[in-house]
Amino acid sequence: MPDAATDAARDWPDQIYALLKEHDIRQVALVPDAGHSRLIKRCLADNDMKVATLTTEEEGIAMLFGAWLGGEKGVLLMQSSGVGNCINMLSVPISHRTPCPMIVTMRGDYGEFNPFQVPMGNATQTVLEAMGTLVKRADAPEDVAPTVNATLRLAFNTYRPTATLIGQRVIGAKTFGK
Amino acid sequence: MSVTTAHNAKRMYRFDLTKRLVAKLHRDEAVIGGIGHSNFDLFTAGHRPQNFYMLGSMGLAIPIALGVAIAQPQRKVFALEGDGSLLMQLGCLSTVATQAPKNLIILVMDNGTYQITGGQVTPAAGGTDFVAVARGCGLTSAAWAADEADFERLVEQGLATDGPHLIGLKLDEQGPAGQTERDPAQIRDRFMRGMGVKKSKLVT
Repeated sequence: MPDAATDAARDWPDQIYALLKEHDIRQVALVPDAGHSRLIKRCLADNDMKVATLTTEEEGIAMLFGAWLGGEKGVLLMQSSGVGNCINMLSVPISHRTPCPMIVTMRGDYGEFNPFQVPMGNATQTVLEAMGTLVKRADAPEDVAPTVNATLRLAFNTYRPTATLIGQRVIGAKTFGK
Repeated sequence: MSVTTAHNAKRMYRFDLTKRLVAKLHRDEAVIGGIGHSNFDLFTAGHRPQNFYMLGSMGLAIPIALGVAIAQPQRKVFALEGDGSLLMQLGCLSTVATQAPKNLIILVMDNGTYQITGGQVTPAAGGTDFVAVARGCGLTSAAWAADEADFERLVEQGLATDGPHLIGLKLDEQGPAGQTERDPAQIRDRFMRGMGVKKSKLVT
């Protein structure tokens, strides 16, 4: 009989989706990452969610801001490398005091095979925090849902950028078949 | 029938065009003024509760307007973006074409320069045609305004028909008519009240 930990190992993307519904998220902005593929499929299948695939994560920070201005809640899904792309844009939620929840799947983190992913992966948390983002990590599958819940609550209740970093230990280190 | 192109469109005065736009707005349409002189002239044309002024981070007026347009599909939403800003986020035109919000109208304010930093020419000086770029991205309703009267016609068409629409405006070298007050949190708060999504007793 599966215990809670093995359920979480399999189901954490579904648990995130349930949290997005619970928090009435209507706009999901993303640059795809393999670690988020199951969650993205759930969001695409949901008629109450508008999913926007972006050309760069910068657009997502602005789109979430526009959503909030118009009375809707959004979330940004991206890979750790995308964090590097949108750092200056975090001025938007900071200066306007608006929620900006981000769910980040890590690369360059735990058992990474691609040297190029390491510099940004290693700097992701530091750089986000330097821009005033409240960052929490989840390094075990059963920690993902409570951490994402905290990230959403902190964003929408305290009006600031927040992020959950989902460690590569949870996602599984990619090998491209090696 | 003559076709207006990037080469034969009249170079017009941004503040005059902004006033012409605002004069056409009678249904609480949202207007997102992009960074720099685009929002300066929007503010100077007369503050409306449905105006938002972007004070920083180049290239975000259109993605912000996209978020507003999706959240409020019954309201027309305008994005005023400079050519230099748009160059920082050209990809957003593809995103808009794919999301295809019917209520979004993009105005590209093209003076060919970074006017606010001293009038340096942009890297598009080699001949980038922003309307052609928009069409190439999938925004089929994209046109250069031939002159002021044509601009007014295109705005009326944008208000009356489903978009997304994009209007290209060639600008002359005149500077902005004023400056926007710089309090981002207040600008955001007032705009959300103008959108009807914030009802707080903390008013005065």
